[in-house]
Amino acid sequence: MDWIVQQLWLIPVVPLVAAAVSALLKQRQRRLSASLAVGSMILALALSCAALINAVVHSGTGSTARQVVNFFWFQAGDPQVTGTALRLGWILDPLSAVMLVMVSLVGLLIFIYSLGYMAHDENFTRFFCFLSLFASAMFGLVIANSLLLLFMCWEIVGLTSYLLIGFWYHKPSAAAAAKKALITTRVGDLALLLGMVWLYSKTGTLLFYDGGHGCLEHSALATLAVQTTSLGLAVSTGIGLLIFCGAIGKSGQVPLHVWLPDAMEGPTPVSALIHAATMVAAGVFLVARVYPLMAAQPGGVASTPGALQVVTWVGAITAIFAASIAVAQTDIKRILAYSTVSQLGFMMLGLGAGGVAVGMFHLITHAFFKALLFLGAGSVIHGCRDEQDIRQMGGLRKLMPVTFATYAVGMLALSGFPLIFSGFWSKEEILHSAHVWTAPAPFYLGVVAALLSAFYMTRQVCYVFFGSVRSSRHEAAHISNSSIPNKSEPPHVGCYEAHESPWVMTIPLLVLAAFSVLLGFLGTPAWPWFQGFLGGERAAGDLGKLFEGDVLRLMVLSSAVVFVGLGLGWWLYGRKPVRSADEPDVLEPLQPEVFALLKRKYFVDEIYEASVIRFSAWWAQVCACLDDWLWNGVVQLLSLLVVGLAWLNRYFDEYVVNSGFDAGCRRLSNGGVLMSRLQCGRVQRYLRLFGVALTVLVLLLIWGCGAP
Amino acid sequence: MNGLPLLTVLTLVPLLGGLVVIGLGAEQKRLARWFSLGLSLGALALTLALWHQFNSISGELQFQERHPWIPTLGVEYRVGVDGLGLLMLLLSAVVVPMAMLASWRIEERVPLYFALVLFLEAGLFGTFTALNFFHWFIFWELSLIPAFFLIKLWGGPMATSAATQFFLYTMVGSVALLLAFLAIFLCTGKFDFTELADMGRNGTLTSALSDGLGWKQLNSRPLALIIFAGAFLGFAVKVPLIPFHTWLPPAYAEAPTGTTMLLTGAMSKMGMYGFLRVLWPIFPEEMHWILTPLLWLAVITIIFSASAAFAQRDLKRVLAYSSINHLGYCFLGILAIAKFTGLGAASATAKAAVLNGVFLQMFNHGLTAATLFWFVGMIERRSGGVRGLNDFGGLRRIMPVFCGLMGIALFSSLGLPGLNGFIGEFLIFKGAFALVTWATALSAIGLLLTAIFILTILERVFNGPLNATWTKMPDLTMRERVVVLPALALMFVLGVYPQFVLGVINSTVVQMVKERTF
Repeated sequence: MDWIVQQLWLIPVVPLVAAAVSALLKQRQRRLSASLAVGSMILALALSCAALINAVVHSGTGSTARQVVNFFWFQAGDPQVTGTALRLGWILDPLSAVMLVMVSLVGLLIFIYSLGYMAHDENFTRFFCFLSLFASAMFGLVIANSLLLLFMCWEIVGLTSYLLIGFWYHKPSAAAAAKKALITTRVGDLALLLGMVWLYSKTGTLLFYDGGHGCLEHSALATLAVQTTSLGLAVSTGIGLLIFCGAIGKSGQVPLHVWLPDAMEGPTPVSALIHAATMVAAGVFLVARVYPLMAAQPGGVASTPGALQVVTWVGAITAIFAASIAVAQTDIKRILAYSTVSQLGFMMLGLGAGGVAVGMFHLITHAFFKALLFLGAGSVIHGCRDEQDIRQMGGLRKLMPVTFATYAVGMLALSGFPLIFSGFWSKEEILHSAHVWTAPAPFYLGVVAALLSAFYMTRQVCYVFFGSVRSSRHEAAHISNSSIPNKSEPPHVGCYEAHESPWVMTIPLLVLAAFSVLLGFLGTPAWPWFQGFLGGERAAGDLGKLFEGDVLRLMVLSSAVVFVGLGLGWWLYGRKPVRSADEPDVLEPLQPEVFALLKRKYFVDEIYEASVIRFSAWWAQVCACLDDWLWNGVVQLLSLLVVGLAWLNRYFDEYVVNSGFDAGCRRLSNGGVLMSRLQCGRVQRYLRLFGVALTVLVLLLIWGCGAP
Repeated sequence: MNGLPLLTVLTLVPLLGGLVVIGLGAEQKRLARWFSLGLSLGALALTLALWHQFNSISGELQFQERHPWIPTLGVEYRVGVDGLGLLMLLLSAVVVPMAMLASWRIEERVPLYFALVLFLEAGLFGTFTALNFFHWFIFWELSLIPAFFLIKLWGGPMATSAATQFFLYTMVGSVALLLAFLAIFLCTGKFDFTELADMGRNGTLTSALSDGLGWKQLNSRPLALIIFAGAFLGFAVKVPLIPFHTWLPPAYAEAPTGTTMLLTGAMSKMGMYGFLRVLWPIFPEEMHWILTPLLWLAVITIIFSASAAFAQRDLKRVLAYSSINHLGYCFLGILAIAKFTGLGAASATAKAAVLNGVFLQMFNHGLTAATLFWFVGMIERRSGGVRGLNDFGGLRRIMPVFCGLMGIALFSSLGLPGLNGFIGEFLIFKGAFALVTWATALSAIGLLLTAIFILTILERVFNGPLNATWTKMPDLTMRERVVVLPALALMFVLGVYPQFVLGVINSTVVQMVKERTF
């Protein structure tokens, strides 16, 4: 086995060491901490490239394309019985190789960008510590050959996401968003945990591939697919759905998407790395990883497996749901966040309808252009002194030319501008597979979502980069400033003094922009190298494929959709630029209710607030009250009973026993007193008594004897 | 082994040491502290020596000592440990020095305080090594009395009532336990745990009980259940399980921090140990009869305690309920292995996983909970007695080291992979899911609720704007860091390399499961 396969563990461990060392550094050792982090990423990138080359060399050679190293972790149970030793392992296959390179490359660029973006932050050292820890856990997740190891890294990734969302912990909104993110994703994680223990109890292993004994290999899947639960569901489907719940949480699918937009409270590089390019895509990766399980069918059945149907539908609904919300948002990062949710929906749709390669291709292209967009947004925010409201921006095209150019590339890629940009090819592929899928609805949902993507991106770009600089806050600050000349606070300059960002920030933008274009050509229908690589076969180039009827028709359709979206956006927002920041959105007067609904994000947060959160708070109170009144009440009652009995006893003692005894004693002593009076010692009195007694006695005798 | 009765020596070290310390003058504070700490560290060293000499291939009882005592009553002095007992010895030996260091600043009646802690340690060691009911029960009670005085004399404003409630409550449980064992003794003439376990295993105990005590309608089943209930109550109060837990929140909240660490870190394990050493081996049939109600009890314990923790506003009370919650998972695991599943290899594997998980969870909970209480004690000392959930905010700004280290302990309690809490919970869930599916699935809700209240602590205490009252609060001193770092290091080690403990306990687990396959 090759050296790189044996040493693949180095890729997560190197950043882990960097994180551990910088955790021990002092706040002021900024340079050391940053160089450790960036250095570890460079090393990881080099190793990842080696891994990718290795995987490419081995691809298309059947089972050897999948190289695994498993190791013993601990023993829980009789060593003589198989399946009691818990083993973990790592895997190098096309899927993990592609992810490794993507994560390390995007990660490295974002690390470099952060050098500039976070330069003035007092917790700079801590920031790079958390980022390195994140990278380590993410690499671990990608190379895991065991669902348990994957889950462990999955949780640690969630922890770093928590720490980084709440990086500016003094802001209550950031602290709340961090908590919300971890709790919401944990809902999914618990389902994933149950799915995992179920899988473990059924197959006796959590290793994905283990020379024929892994849980994703034929023998295990065949048994899982034929067993059914009490509900009539195949066990493989049940487990697959539980695992998918984890993916729903992590990848922000409906209905657990609510945390992702709030996660934008974190610093922008974090949003780009964790909440756009890598971690949120982990759910998609998970589904791709356990795809054989999701697709498992008993022999001879041809219908789409239940788990994949759910994946497809959830993906399609999320895609359109989030895209429609993005249309009405005004925060530059939140628009991108909803866009991310929507694109993750596309990936799920692609996975469900088209298979691993389709979903993964969009994951990779999206990672690059969405990281680009976020970093561009960060550059804008940086230039505008922390302004995030797109209504307060405008005209930045001239002030920030590099940012504008790269942002435009990212925007066109996301919109799916035909032929040149990567987003077009990956999205086209998804729509293609949705088109041939069993149910037609996901395809139409996807088309509308694609149209909306083009539309909201155009809207955003028009707001931010076109027109003239405007800032109502600036004017307000200006007025208040002139009235109170000695105000110590510096005036809010907004975007008036926007400047291009330093080169450490623009160079990553340029590199990402280049990838956003070039990557698409790895997966065109004419030369589907990427798909072939993941699928384990060598792809042949054939330009003629582009002009086959079905492919061509869809390409034309999706191009048309993109142009409609772009045109509509330009017509509404670009033709006559917004002049004032207080001007209402063009769409608002058309359909005020619908716009409000979108602006308020379909009131999902409010619904959760009113139902789940209120219920859990109420339930906690109920439990606490039960504790105080019922359980404690019973105990108190019992103790009161005991105390009551004791009182009763005491009263009985004091008043019945004691007082009876006392009374007896008193009478006795009274009697004594009475008697003692007789003993007065006077002879005359004795004689008198004697005489009286004698008389009485004699009288009695006489009377008594004469009576009968 | 090598002739030296190690287990007896281990118990005698704190017992005799305590007698010495209690004789010190009230002003010899330094001496009392250092001498007691030295003794507890000596006991730790002795335990580590046992750990080292323990033959981990064998699941049998080791280091046994057996001397006749009162032969006519079936009483003998018999001690010995297997993997379970050894692990509990190690936990007690680790927690006691930590608790002593947490009590370092106590200034009143110092020799008495430390002597009581040493007596308590002796009680713990005795309980975890004794194999005959007679002296086991003496140690069981011996640990209670020092705890009572520790709470009452050094506790908070409500300490007297909390201590009284704790004492009486536990006493009721102990009396029930004693009566149950007297009934068993009347019927069998035996006090020895292993002999009784043999009778329990082959079913002769139940018939012996009905022969010996059968009375009118009250024969085999109800009678056996009543006796089982007596023993059960004794352990359930000690753990505690809901609804036998109401002594716990006030006791944990009012006790001085060091004592709370002992209560949660070591004493709460006595109940679990009792379930594993006494109840499950001796009463397998009875447990099987009422398994479903007991499972409900476990689920209720897990969910109610986590929910109630969420509603608390006092940090110590939050952690107190969290403690109940974590031991609830152990109880769930014990019920899972008590289920009768036949002789299948798959269920034996699942049971072995659960039991390993239960052992680990007991150890992990002791370590993590004691550490968390230590941290809360540190906050309390710095704030002059304030420890409300809403009384702080933004402490990360002024005490980054404190918040970082306590954050690690909190995430360990939450069950984050890479720290110790995860492996135990994973093993329990893994095995229990196969054995008692519905109860395990319901119990998973507890994991979510735990996350909610732990993150609420982080949000309210550490994050947010700095509360202006506490701008002068000092961070952890070097000395304090040295105290807590070993515990945190142990959390990492157990989280990454659990084989270090599992390697010692696994043979015991396999043996236990094999002996009680039904």
